[in-house]
Amino acid sequence: MRDVAIVAFAQSNCQRDAGAQNEVELIMPVLQEVYKQAGITNAQDVDFTCSGSCDYQQGAAFAFVAGVDALGAVPPIKESHVEMDAAWALYEAWLKIQMGHAESALLYGFGKSSPGELPIVLSQQLDPYYLAPLWVDSIAFAAMQARTMLDSGAITELDMAEVVARSRNNALSNPYAQLKSDGDAASLLDEPMYMSPLRRHDCCPISDGACAMIICTVEKAEEWGKPYAVIKGIDHRIETHHIGSRDLSRSVSTEIAGKAAGVASGPVDVAELYAPFSHQEIILKQALGLSDDTVINPSGGVLAGNVMMASGLSRVGEVAMRIIRGEAKRGVAHATSGPCLQQNLVTVLEAK
Amino acid sequence: MAASAEVLSQAFTLGYTYTRSTGPIVGQFLTSLRNRKMVGIKASDGKVLMPPVEFDPVSAAALTEFVDLPDSGVVKTWCWVSHPRKAHPSDKPFAWAMIQLDGADTPMLHWVDAGEEVAMSTGMRVKVRWAEETKGLMGDVNGFVPDAMALLGDLKPNDATDTITGMEAPIYLTYNFTAGKATAQYLHSIKKGQLVGQRCPNCRNVYIPPRGSCAACGVPTVEEVVLGNKATVESFTIVYIPIPGNPIKPPYVIANLVLDGANLSFLHLLSECKNEDVRIGMRVEAVWKPEEEWGYAMENIRYFKPIDEPDMAFSEIGKLIDEGK
Repeated sequence: MRDVAIVAFAQSNCQRDAGAQNEVELIMPVLQEVYKQAGITNAQDVDFTCSGSCDYQQGAAFAFVAGVDALGAVPPIKESHVEMDAAWALYEAWLKIQMGHAESALLYGFGKSSPGELPIVLSQQLDPYYLAPLWVDSIAFAAMQARTMLDSGAITELDMAEVVARSRNNALSNPYAQLKSDGDAASLLDEPMYMSPLRRHDCCPISDGACAMIICTVEKAEEWGKPYAVIKGIDHRIETHHIGSRDLSRSVSTEIAGKAAGVASGPVDVAELYAPFSHQEIILKQALGLSDDTVINPSGGVLAGNVMMASGLSRVGEVAMRIIRGEAKRGVAHATSGPCLQQNLVTVLEAK
Repeated sequence: MAASAEVLSQAFTLGYTYTRSTGPIVGQFLTSLRNRKMVGIKASDGKVLMPPVEFDPVSAAALTEFVDLPDSGVVKTWCWVSHPRKAHPSDKPFAWAMIQLDGADTPMLHWVDAGEEVAMSTGMRVKVRWAEETKGLMGDVNGFVPDAMALLGDLKPNDATDTITGMEAPIYLTYNFTAGKATAQYLHSIKKGQLVGQRCPNCRNVYIPPRGSCAACGVPTVEEVVLGNKATVESFTIVYIPIPGNPIKPPYVIANLVLDGANLSFLHLLSECKNEDVRIGMRVEAVWKPEEEWGYAMENIRYFKPIDEPDMAFSEIGKLIDEGK
């Protein structure tokens, strides 16, 4: 596998409601920012562009096509889209570079979830015969997963609250975060149940926003003369849609993806894990075999702000920027999709 | 439509009125539900999967062997919904639960009507409360209830004998759509009877309706350009097919029109002319509704009508760059 360099990353604020900003107006500022970082003018200066978004979130058909208006696609560019988190757009672009079909790529993800009732919208991504007709929402499955772990003694409610408290504490130093506070775990346990056994703070917030990234071959990064972090491994796996057949107390797909991406072949200074619910961070830490020496979610993670379809790519960007700034030498980024961590992507990043 | 100083928003409901084909495995399960019977399917390793799936989740082998199951079992995990959402199957507090029917090896999702949270526990026994009328849908199970609860429903028999091959699965999702900043400015202008586009700072093209960006250059557009009522037909079609919900009686003309001073066309109706006289390059003008009927919509213009001006050459339509100031 050839090394791929991350040379630029930008993200918008996580906002509960972006109001009068359409997809183009959400995307354009982060694109301008990554162009500036990489020293290029627009999408014409890269070989490939790939985005991640889901039109169901905002209820606007072909919003993902409208988003192309932000790019400057005249003359025509090579462009692709995944109806997934933009972390999977990164995977597609990484493959393009592996195949020698591109030397550089622009990636972006955007999500405007505020116009709809997000948990109900997400219920329709489930099995269309057995689950979607019941309108069982995304929070319910996470809550049942948490209870499985609480019942077995694998975790306690305090463990969950500690994840939340650390997330919000860390978010204090993240200007893009939506939820931040200096409260402690014990006081979180005084909060009422939301969907028992989950309290509201165990669930990620609903956020609007966007992020963008530029990747390229190491040779190209040297040519551009920009600092960069290197993708050493990337892999993604999915579990069955028959949710009763899954062991919800583990994330088998993350375990396999983590091994394939080479997480264990060196110390992990920092990890950004896409855990939309507090207990899932504990599952993911275990699945990736991370020790207590690894700093987990220094940004606050998605419990502090969750732009669906962008936050997975932002996990990669967060780790990359820490490596570029010299704060870490080696890190792991994780992205997820589907109920109870059904599909997972793991990226291993290193300093050049 | 609600309007504040900047933000324009409107609630709307998206409907996906799908009928899904079930295939033989799901169809057999739904047929059994209609007869108030539970069936699972035998996996490659001999375990009984519930609800049945077409292919083994591990070996990917096609599965065919159905297994009759009782309509009672054990709660493996659950959560409590204290404030049901409108779409949920119960309007009073209830539990979602993964329920393992006796004789099955995997739990299935459904809801439990337990009254209050203290009545729920992992490991509790529950049984199906069948709907009074069955249709061959997951809703034929009107939730599960604690084993001890007496069921008094009047169960009407379903005499259908056909095997289910399809199911109605309509989906309605409600959103509050918010116009983008550029669109909102455009709509505020049109409410005042003015057509206002935006000019690209780079290529100088003028776009109406504006989107806040130049799609060609990929740069934000800010400069506003007030445009007039005259336009040129760039392309058109005569519609003969009646479209459900459309009040306009066919045949009628829909045209791509480029306003004078603009460089990209938009769609509108053409009227006050013979359909067969419409041609590319034809000069037209907006016919506005009376001022008191103006809203935040392009429908403020009833249609465009021909005017007595020479046709524009095809090569010039939308190509003229007015440099502005």
